Amino acid sequence: MAGDLFYILVFPGFLFLAVFALIADYIDRKLHAKLQNRIGPPWYQPLADLIKLAAKEDLIPRQVDPWLFKLAPVFAVTAVVTAALYIPIWRHGTPMSFNGDVIVVLYLLTIPTLTFFLGGWYSRSVYSMIGAARSIMQLFAYEIPLFLSILAPALLADSWSLGGMTLFYAHHPWYALFNAVGLFTALISLLGKLERVPFDIPEAETEIVAGSFTEYSGRLLAMFRLALSIEMIVGAALIAAVFLPFGLNLGGPAAFGLYLVKVLGIVAVIALARTVFARLRIDQMINFCWQFVAPVAFLQVIIDLVAKGVIAR
Amino acid sequence: MSEIRSRNVTIPIGPQHPALKEPTSFSVTLSGEKILQVGVRLGYNHRGIEKACESRSFIQSLYLIERVCGICSHSHSSCFVQAVEEIAGLQLPPRAMYLRTIVAELERLHSHLLWLGVAGHEIGFDTLLMYTWRDREIVMDLLAAITGNRVNYGMNTFGGVRRDISHEQKADILKAMDTLEERTKYYISVATEETTLIQRLSGVGVLSHDDAIRLGAVGPTARASNVKRDIRKDDPYAAYDQVPFDLITSDCCDVYGRTLVRVGELMESYKLIRHLLNNLPDGPLAVKAPRKIPTGEAVSRYEAPRGEDVHYVRANGSEKPDRVKVRAPTLANVQAVAHMLKDRYLADLPIVVAAIDPCFSCTDRLIDLTRDGDGRCDVITWGQLHDYSMRWYKGQGMDLAKLNNRFKCGESS
Amino acid sequence: MKHPGRMVRQVLSSMLRKPATVRYPFVKVTMPKRFRGRLRFYAERCIGCRLCMRDCPTDAIQIRKIADKQFEADIDMAKCIYCAQCVDSCPKKALESTLDFELAQLDRDKLRQTFRGQPPASQKPPEDPQDKP
Repeated sequence: MAGDLFYILVFPGFLFLAVFALIADYIDRKLHAKLQNRIGPPWYQPLADLIKLAAKEDLIPRQVDPWLFKLAPVFAVTAVVTAALYIPIWRHGTPMSFNGDVIVVLYLLTIPTLTFFLGGWYSRSVYSMIGAARSIMQLFAYEIPLFLSILAPALLADSWSLGGMTLFYAHHPWYALFNAVGLFTALISLLGKLERVPFDIPEAETEIVAGSFTEYSGRLLAMFRLALSIEMIVGAALIAAVFLPFGLNLGGPAAFGLYLVKVLGIVAVIALARTVFARLRIDQMINFCWQFVAPVAFLQVIIDLVAKGVIAR
Repeated sequence: MSEIRSRNVTIPIGPQHPALKEPTSFSVTLSGEKILQVGVRLGYNHRGIEKACESRSFIQSLYLIERVCGICSHSHSSCFVQAVEEIAGLQLPPRAMYLRTIVAELERLHSHLLWLGVAGHEIGFDTLLMYTWRDREIVMDLLAAITGNRVNYGMNTFGGVRRDISHEQKADILKAMDTLEERTKYYISVATEETTLIQRLSGVGVLSHDDAIRLGAVGPTARASNVKRDIRKDDPYAAYDQVPFDLITSDCCDVYGRTLVRVGELMESYKLIRHLLNNLPDGPLAVKAPRKIPTGEAVSRYEAPRGEDVHYVRANGSEKPDRVKVRAPTLANVQAVAHMLKDRYLADLPIVVAAIDPCFSCTDRLIDLTRDGDGRCDVITWGQLHDYSMRWYKGQGMDLAKLNNRFKCGESS
Repeated sequence: MKHPGRMVRQVLSSMLRKPATVRYPFVKVTMPKRFRGRLRFYAERCIGCRLCMRDCPTDAIQIRKIADKQFEADIDMAKCIYCAQCVDSCPKKALESTLDFELAQLDRDKLRQTFRGQPPASQKPPEDPQDKP
């Protein structure tokens, strides 16, 4: 019981995730700055931002339902931290693993977007409402490709738990190459989920101020920001576990170090993407996701099904 | 109409909004993401510069006029100076003409590079912003070295210019031109090859050739709609009739076309500056200008980076101008914005507004004053306005009548 | 050829370049020679023609007579717009723009400066400044 609590609250639960999220946030920002030939923020900047927001007053618009307004960020943080509990870090599976946890993780990762929608929609501000509507529209565009590309490797591994999948790929490392296409589509979908350039449409600063978060301030905004940062590393960890399932056999510190490298590598790719692309429009984003990403993700499913058939014979 | 209103939302873009660098107000009626209607309201930045000129001497007004705009300060001061020189019948020495033109083209360089960055920022492409603004620093440093300041150069004076370009500076400028030309070539390749950029710019903010003429668009906005309109060619001033350069137009008619026209003009400016520097005539920097400008009036036109700038000056034989009127290029282009935005997406609004390279504080020549209570709008005379402001400030505990007799009523009329 | 990610090579090469950011105020910057910064007044050169006062767009200069052929200047740097027209107008080069641009003050009064005659030896005016046409 105490072990579980430690696992949930401290390591690799909330506390570890929060610290790691801040570090990842720093690396993302520093890299973004370096790529743009700038100096970038000092190492403590993400923490300083968080402290600054936490020290500020929470302003709640008069017309909104204060409960929903306050609960939305809490749900966002809770959902992403919970999702992290099922993702293997230094061994195959976690104490919470069960068959089907990959589906649970995917759905838990959908919850933050829904809280962005609810928080924005009930803010009663035109910018928030447009941002909220865009969040949901975008959700429909990237969710299917993300599900398809994450579940395709599960089909090949014939296991619906992340632990089972990593175990399978540990025994057959070359099979992971079948999923190269899925890695690509999963990364694109992750950009959409994290609302990063080129898919930062729901919070496009120059159009709708801050989208869903326009009316949020103080601790509540800090929680949303933290949720987004944690979602970035959880999403990256999920992709790392599914598509780059190497090194978990090493066990202990080596596997953990490899996990950090993999996650930060994906964070670096995200930072590169937001440096070299312009923001798309919502209609262009939806067209792109349905006309290109979804079919390619579907192709991944077919590849895995065929591979499985060949292997079975 | 009320039924339409109930289903659509009207959102305010401005007076304060991240997409706008200066206060102005667009009220946008949306149906989903589609824009149905755009209302533009100007006047948040009215500073009363024209009227203030009337109570200052010509040389004092020059520095005030220079501050109409921060980015195209040389444009406004040159335009004003040209008008005054025409009234006074001053003949500029050739070297002064060339120096004025060189600073004008350097200003065009930094203005267009600035625009490229702003355009990148509006479509979420911050890397372009960082890179172009980094390169813009080269031009800013050159301008600071030549004129003594990064903005508000103070280069012009009546009858000539105040600063010379030394031999070392000439070498510096020529070297900088080579660096910038190479960088601009890279930006052209990015603008014509980066898919996400083209997707956000192409087909956005369409202004047909006929509409551009009908709505009186000027500058790169007009030239991108294939309207061959450039004061440097149509009505050459300074040294523009002595240097070869091409008029850049595009038939894209959209924001993409405006981008191409601006980067094309950058390339032309490098050519221009090289030619001007290599053929810089010797001679004095200025002729002596009288303090009292003889009675007369003049209209002066100038191709600012944003388009045609028009100044009207009337002199009455005294040290002070009788009337000064400024028509900034944005005023001519802002009509086109509402037209370009119709039936487009909300996401296009920032880039379409940015594509005319607006400068709202230059444009604001008027404010609607509505009366407290009934909200009615009246035309009042200068004297009434003066009395009203004196009363208002007195209510705030300030007696302006004692403070400065320069602003006394009647003196300027 | 059109393709997404046109700038990838350029941004990756930026990783190896020195950042373009100027590390002001940790590293001081110097202004070019012609920069128009804080004004300086050489009282012993002033002949009291008050052309500077007449041409100043913002009434930032006041020249006062304190004795026969002796003048002092009140310069309000808060009002000054740094056009340096006074420097050009002065027939005796009694005014000069310095390169000092760090003028921010919390107290407006600190921007007001009175220049009297006999400046200390360190403030001796240079003989005919070269780069100030």
